Amino acid sequence: MLTLEGAEPFIYRTHGALVANSPSVHYCANLMSARGPRKYVVSVVGQSAPSDLAHRSVLDEVVHPVVRRSGVDRIFRSVATSSAVITFILMGLIGGFLLVKGYDALKVAGWGFLTDSEWAPDQGGKFGIAAILPFTIQIAVVALFIAVPVALSTALFITEYAPRKMRRLLTAMIDLLAAVPSLIYGLWGLFFLQPRLITLSKWMADHLGWIPFFHVDDQYGTSLGIFPSSTFVSGVIVSLMVIPICTAVMREVFSQAPPGEREGAMALGGTRWGVVRDVVLPFGRGGIIGGSMLGLGRALGETIAVTLIISPAFTAKWSILDQGSNSIAALIALKFSESSTFGISALMAAGLALFIITLLVNAAASTVVSNSRSGSSTEI
Amino acid sequence: MTSIDTTSSDRTTMSSDISSLDPGHKASGLTASNVACWFGTKKVLEGVNLDMAPGQVTALIGPSGCGKSTFLRTLNRMHELVPSATLAGEILIDGVDIYRGAIPVTDVRRRIGMVFQKPNPFPAMTVAENVLAGLKLSGLKSTRSERDDLIESCLTKAGLWNEVKNRLGDPGRALSGGQQQRLCIARSLAVSPQVLLMDEPCSALDPTSTRRIEQTISEISETITVVIVTHNMQQAQRVSHRCAFFLAAENEPGRIIEEGPTKAIFSNPHDPRTNDYVNGRFG
Repeated sequence: MLTLEGAEPFIYRTHGALVANSPSVHYCANLMSARGPRKYVVSVVGQSAPSDLAHRSVLDEVVHPVVRRSGVDRIFRSVATSSAVITFILMGLIGGFLLVKGYDALKVAGWGFLTDSEWAPDQGGKFGIAAILPFTIQIAVVALFIAVPVALSTALFITEYAPRKMRRLLTAMIDLLAAVPSLIYGLWGLFFLQPRLITLSKWMADHLGWIPFFHVDDQYGTSLGIFPSSTFVSGVIVSLMVIPICTAVMREVFSQAPPGEREGAMALGGTRWGVVRDVVLPFGRGGIIGGSMLGLGRALGETIAVTLIISPAFTAKWSILDQGSNSIAALIALKFSESSTFGISALMAAGLALFIITLLVNAAASTVVSNSRSGSSTEI
Repeated sequence: MTSIDTTSSDRTTMSSDISSLDPGHKASGLTASNVACWFGTKKVLEGVNLDMAPGQVTALIGPSGCGKSTFLRTLNRMHELVPSATLAGEILIDGVDIYRGAIPVTDVRRRIGMVFQKPNPFPAMTVAENVLAGLKLSGLKSTRSERDDLIESCLTKAGLWNEVKNRLGDPGRALSGGQQQRLCIARSLAVSPQVLLMDEPCSALDPTSTRRIEQTISEISETITVVIVTHNMQQAQRVSHRCAFFLAAENEPGRIIEEGPTKAIFSNPHDPRTNDYVNGRFG
């Protein structure tokens, strides 16, 4: 409580309410202090009024709370802080390393690095990411195009429709699938899926060929032999690895949809689908985007499965069905052992491009996610 | 106000429209006979027989943990949403069993609405959309003017219209707690229920909002049967025509100890335990 000496009670310029009418009048006043609006009880004693209470420095007695930390707390705090700092340092080191190592190549190639599509640094030729970057993105888009709907439906089935026992089993299996090394998916895709998928590729080329993505230029007619090492096949196999990750994130978020809102929707006579549409999906928007972006990051960087499937191509094209594709990660894996110092520098520059794109994708995703309601509970 | 008609395409599979709700309907009677409830193997309610007459307000009173909320949730099949919850006995609405398939469960819940203890408006929807949520959720078709009329009439019945008529496009969460609860009541009224169940609807609210909601209850009880769970004895006396006193002895399931006209329960109870409870000697 503050006492203002020599103030007159009835000409106050505050929004205050009269608290008690006594010889010293108490006002409950809302005044600005250094740390924002504060409520003060002001006692007025005597006669003349202060012209403007807000300007009286005597009201701004801001307390600085003193916290004494215990020893354990101090240790834990420093460990946690340094771990967080290490994450930042690692990030910077990786980016810096790629930049330094790739600098020689970037200097030689100049802007051509972004516009040239062939890759012949060791032969003294041009090299650039104008073909492999679009291929990388195409594979990732194909993968997400398949993975997101499947993951979304699976996550909704697990949280909304599956019986309880099945729910646990499915959750465990999804987590298990997410942990399977990508090489295993790659091998299975190469020996089992690829020979079977090409029939689908041919069907799409024959019937949907009028869509540029599915158009195949082949003077021999569409024989099965041109389909195996395509963007489409590698995208499908990458989608298999992306599905479990997306599903796990989405399921986690959907299962946290507030029970009160679910019951409210049910009590209005809502159908299952109605509850999903009006409660679960609006709540889980952040999780859907977060899960998809996590999947996209994985798809962009997927190496071994793509390396196994594709036959490297260095001319960008719209068509995803026919022979020939590429990705930055696969290029690095394929060329690494046979490159000279300069060739490796060029590969590092390509790696830097991949690193930057992944960062951008994740930054965009986390912005979207943190603006949504379930965002605080989403890991990305 | 924003347009609500975003989902007309997925409603085409439903043949019903808003006129099937029959605004000139009568309140329905609800009868519970020999109801027992379990959570897993624990029996929480036993031998409950209760008639909730049409157009009357029935208050369920009793100390915490006596099973009155559980009983309320059996009345519109919310009980079965809890995993491991089971039930025996019969609940009849106008003589028709609600559990044995004669009425689809979504229709049961639409005809027997529910207002929860904690206000739960849909945060992704505006005030107006919240009122219409029941139509959207159950796939009922309506025209623009029907919807506008419904928004105004339901918000008026819930005593909220004057406060929000200029804020229909604001998110439901922007309202105060008491306003949110009245929004939830308006939302329930929009699907023309014959019975409205209220689970301690005022326990999180200030006295003014409580008074407003009690006023709404007495207004709607002419056309809607109301069943209300309350811990507030004064409230039970103010709003209800009949009262049922639930009690659970230690490690035993809850039962109805006494049931009858509210006046009799409070002024002249037969059972000494009822007398002790309504006079605040325990619970």
